[in-house]
Amino acid sequence: MSATETFYDVIRRQGITRRNFSKFCSLTAASMGLGATGASQVAHALETNPRVPVIWMHGLECTCCSESFIRSAHPLVKDVVLSMISLDYDDTIMAAAGHQAEAILQETRQKYKGKYILAVEGNPPLNEDGMFCIDGGRPFVEKLKEMAADAMAVIAWGSCASWGCVQAAKPNPTHAVPIDKVITDKPIIKVPGCPPIAEVMTGVITFVNTFGRLPELDRQGRPLMFYSQRIHDKCYRRPHFDAGQFVEEWDDENARKGFCLYKMGCKGPTTYNACSTVRWNDGVSFPIQSGHGCIGCSEDGFWDKGPFYERLSNIHQFGIEANADKIGIAATAAVVGAMAIHAGITAVGRLRVKHDHKTPPASAQE
Amino acid sequence: MDDLAKIADISELKGEVVVARRTVYVYQAPVRIWHWVNAACMTVLFITGYLIASPPGSLGGEASAHYQMGYIRFAHFAAGQTMAVFFLMRFVWVFLGNPASKQLFWVPVWKKNFWDGLWNEAKWYAFAVKFPRQYVGHNPLAHLMMFFVFTLGTIFMICTGFALYSQGAGEGSIWAKLFGWVFLIFPNSQDVHTYHHLGLWVLCIFAAIHVYAAVREDIMSRQSMISSMISGERQFRDDKV
Repeated sequence: MSATETFYDVIRRQGITRRNFSKFCSLTAASMGLGATGASQVAHALETNPRVPVIWMHGLECTCCSESFIRSAHPLVKDVVLSMISLDYDDTIMAAAGHQAEAILQETRQKYKGKYILAVEGNPPLNEDGMFCIDGGRPFVEKLKEMAADAMAVIAWGSCASWGCVQAAKPNPTHAVPIDKVITDKPIIKVPGCPPIAEVMTGVITFVNTFGRLPELDRQGRPLMFYSQRIHDKCYRRPHFDAGQFVEEWDDENARKGFCLYKMGCKGPTTYNACSTVRWNDGVSFPIQSGHGCIGCSEDGFWDKGPFYERLSNIHQFGIEANADKIGIAATAAVVGAMAIHAGITAVGRLRVKHDHKTPPASAQE
Repeated sequence: MDDLAKIADISELKGEVVVARRTVYVYQAPVRIWHWVNAACMTVLFITGYLIASPPGSLGGEASAHYQMGYIRFAHFAAGQTMAVFFLMRFVWVFLGNPASKQLFWVPVWKKNFWDGLWNEAKWYAFAVKFPRQYVGHNPLAHLMMFFVFTLGTIFMICTGFALYSQGAGEGSIWAKLFGWVFLIFPNSQDVHTYHHLGLWVLCIFAAIHVYAAVREDIMSRQSMISSMISGERQFRDDKV
C-alpha cells in the first residue's frame, strides 16, 4: 500500500460515490462536535492530505480493542477507516507474516520517519527484561521503544496501553506498565476502555487524519471530545439518582423499573467515557441500559477498585476486605470506647477531690 | 486591690475568701464565629456525606416527584462551600489576629519547651501527673492534633471535595482548573471518593475527641474551655486574692 494517495482517491476507486463521501464527512464532523464548517474541513482534508501511515502493535492484551474497532458503524471500518489510514502493519489482521511482516516495520520507520502514527494495543511487561511478552523473537518493550522513537504521535488503545488494565492489577507479576512509562518523549493520546468504543476509536483516527494533529486532551491525556464527561453525567437513569430511586437487589421491583444502579456499585459517577451517549454496537445499548452497573473499565486501575457491586471500594491496606465505612465505624467505636474508659478513670479520681466553695481548688495551693 | 475589695464588698460573702480570677482575651470574635460556623458545617457534612455514600431507602413513584439525592447533595455542597470560604477567612485572620489565632497553621516543632510541654500533657492524659500546665492558647498536645488532624485534614477534605465537585461542574469549570490536579495524584476518581470518605471518619473521630477533651479540660484543668469559645475569654481558676 502506498501512503501517498489520499483517502478520497482510495474510496473513489472502491466505487464509493461523492454523495456518500459527503455524508460520511458530515457524520464524522458531527460525532466529533466540530460545528457547521467541520464537514467541509473533513472533506478537504480527506481529499488533499496523503493518508497517514499507521503501525498497529500488540503487547500484552486480549485483542478486544481490535475486535471493537472492526465493528465501528460510523464510519464503517471496512469501507472507511482501513482506507482512510494506511494501516501498514497490524500483526493480528495483516496478510504478511514472519520476516516479511517485520520488514514492513523497518520500512515504515525509515520511509515515514516522524510522520507515521504508532497505535499500541496492550502494554509491555518489564520484569525479566520484558521476557513475558516476546514478539518477533524479542521483547515487546524493545520493539515498542524502537518504533515510538520515529513516530509522529502515539495512540494508546484501550485500558492496557493507557493504564495497565488486568495484567497490571495487583499483584502484577510481570510488572506490566502503561506505555507512557516507557515512551516519554512523544505525544501520547490515551483512548481507554476495555475495549474502547469503536466509534471513539475511529473518531480519534479521523481527527488525527483530518487535522494532522492530536485532538485536545485532558490532564490525563484522553481526548476531551469523548472523555470529558462521566457516564453518570449523561446517563438516562440519572433522574432516578437525583430522585433517590435505587435498585436495592438485582431481582427487585426497582430493577425492573430501571432505577439507578448506584447502590449496586455502578461506577458511572467516577468513569469518564462516552458509553451513555455513543453507546455500543451501532448505538444499540450500553451496560447500564442492559441493567448492569458500569464497572469503570476506562478508568485507571479499575480492577483494583472493586467490588464491582458495591458503592464503597475495598481498602486493601488494612489486610482484610474493608471499606471506608467499616474502617471508620470501627475506629470511631474504638475511640469512643477509649474515651468512655478515660472519662471513667477521670471521674473516679475526681471523687476524691473535695469541693469547697469557700476556698479555691486545692490545686491552687500547690 | 481596691477594685477587688469592692467586689468583695458587694458580694454576699462579706468577710469571706473571694477568688479573683485572671482572664485573658484569647479567642477573638472572628475565630469564635468561624469555630461555630465550621462546627455546624461539619455536622451537616458528616451526615450528608454518609448519606451520599449510603443513600436512604429507595423512593417509589415517579422520578419527577422526588429530589431526595439532589437535596442531600445540595446540602453537602452548600455546607462544603461555606466551610471552605470560612476556612479561607480563618487563614487570612492568621495575619490580622492575635498569637493564639496563628496556632492552627503552624507547630513550633523546633522549640524544646514545645516537646517538653507535649510530654507533660501526654502524661496528664495518662493520669501520670496531677496537674496540667496552663496555656493561653492550645496546649502542645492540642496544638499538635489541631494542626496535623484538623487543619491538614480539612485542607485534604477541601481539595478532594472540590475536585469531586469539579467532576459534576465540568472540565472547563473554575473548580476543575483549581482542583483538577488532585486527579494527577489519584487518576481514578473512585480513589478520591474512598479517601474523601475516610477523611469523613478521621474528622468525625477528631470532633469526638475534641468535644471530650474540651469538656474534660473545662472540669479538670483549672481553666475555662467551653465558655471561652463563646465569650472569647479564658479564665484561670486558681488565683487567690
